Amino acid sequence: MLRIPCPWCGERDETEFRYRGDASKVRPAADAGLAAFTAYVYERDNRCGWHLEWWLHVGGCRKLLKVVRHTLSHELHAVGGPEDQLSPPPGLTR
Amino acid sequence: MNPLPKSHATPARAQRVSSGRYSLGRVFLEGLTGQRGWSRAWAKATPRERYRVVVVGGGGHGLASAFYLATEYGISDVAVLEKGPIGLGNVGRNTTIIRSNYFHPENIRFYEYSLKLWEKLERTLNFNAMVSQRGTLNLFHTEAQRDLFTRRANMMRLLGVDAEPLSREAVKALVPLVDLDNGRYPVLGGFLQRRGGTVRHDAVAWGYARAASEAGVDIVEDCEVTGIARDGSRVTGVETTRGHIAADTVCLAVAGHSSRLAAMAGLTLPLESHVLQAFVSEGIKPVLDVVLTYGAGHFYVSQSDKGGLVFGGAIDGYNSYGQRGTLPMAEEVAAAAVTLLPGLARLKVLRQWGGVMDMSMDGSPIISATPLEGLIVNGGWCYGGFKAIPAGGLATAHLIARHAPHPLAAHLDLERFAAGRTVDERGAGPFPYAH
Repeated sequence: MLRIPCPWCGERDETEFRYRGDASKVRPAADAGLAAFTAYVYERDNRCGWHLEWWLHVGGCRKLLKVVRHTLSHELHAVGGPEDQLSPPPGLTR
Repeated sequence: MNPLPKSHATPARAQRVSSGRYSLGRVFLEGLTGQRGWSRAWAKATPRERYRVVVVGGGGHGLASAFYLATEYGISDVAVLEKGPIGLGNVGRNTTIIRSNYFHPENIRFYEYSLKLWEKLERTLNFNAMVSQRGTLNLFHTEAQRDLFTRRANMMRLLGVDAEPLSREAVKALVPLVDLDNGRYPVLGGFLQRRGGTVRHDAVAWGYARAASEAGVDIVEDCEVTGIARDGSRVTGVETTRGHIAADTVCLAVAGHSSRLAAMAGLTLPLESHVLQAFVSEGIKPVLDVVLTYGAGHFYVSQSDKGGLVFGGAIDGYNSYGQRGTLPMAEEVAAAAVTLLPGLARLKVLRQWGGVMDMSMDGSPIISATPLEGLIVNGGWCYGGFKAIPAGGLATAHLIARHAPHPLAAHLDLERFAAGRTVDERGAGPFPYAH
């Protein structure tokens, strides 16, 4: 069971949240072309290691959170709002 | 890490020991002569320096691909490289269900072909895989769900696949344990595919490994791939913990970890890795002789020959490479179990485990060439990989040998995402955690 510290509601069980996938993807410019949009919609780095991802607090404030989580240990490194620039711990790639 | 020595002069084939043909007569004979005549089911090969085809991953799909390459397509200069021992990956961690009850015609045709190969698998492999066509029964709980299931069953029957509607009474007669009158999700009926069922999953791995080895394939265990060698846009071999192995074609059959292996070749795949759990209860007397699925939650259950109930549910829901489950999904699966089968509420769970799935962007698998020449991907199996092993292996072998997709698996290419012809059985969109 993950305990996710929501910046607005405090630490809550993962069952209050809904996972919304990779948050590192940035929508390309409208004229960026097919390859850029295919990469944006479909391709994922899918790392075994630190992962920047979206969680929606459906059972609480209903806000979108950005989370840095390790996909092997499930450890949380950072939690922030949608505008926050979060990064993995320095020096660790997995 | 100690790299093991490679054989140079002696081809591995010279050391091959045949396990002989298995038969009832032989069982009798061995019984009379002290069981001294049995040998290893497959040869533990030492990797050579080059092969025509290297298959990465000694699971169901990797072994089946190698087997069909050798037996159907005449290419036996093949090595299967497995990180650990054969049979300890997802092929030995699933809930062993086979069926072909899909909706999209291309899915029905592909999985039905697989089911037909399952039906003759034991004769093909000369190995008892305990193929048991006990039927798979899908329950529905609302009028809308009845319409949906009827539509799917009609699609199946149009393509000559068996699907049979069952009334509430017929469901009760088949599975007396089911609580038809649950206050929230009463059972309105079900659809039965009588040819569906279960197969002993370990025996599938062992059977394919033995038959492939017999056909001349090198099964190399304890050989982890650490890199993929490239010459420009052409793949030339693999780096392993047992040295460099050159190959004309490298096939990745490592579902769960396809993204990591593809990244070694510089490719990004339309996949996320997720954990799926499975559970086994303590052994009880026979109570369930079909594979039963619950329509008001994600839950499926069958009873093994040892008596334990084997069951599972949905994926845990977020990217994970941890081969262990989390409690919220275990609780959800248990809740579904006792809602549908309240008589089992006091049953103890004996074992629980998790496996890592390739969840693809449309919920359908990938059997495809890649932008890199000489690199083939078999992956993206979501949680349907086991039932697809025979057809997946055959289609992969076809793609490697003929340099063109197998007609039944042509829709499973990587190009489909950019081309906008995804095969989205669930209609959930490009969200792997929703399939």
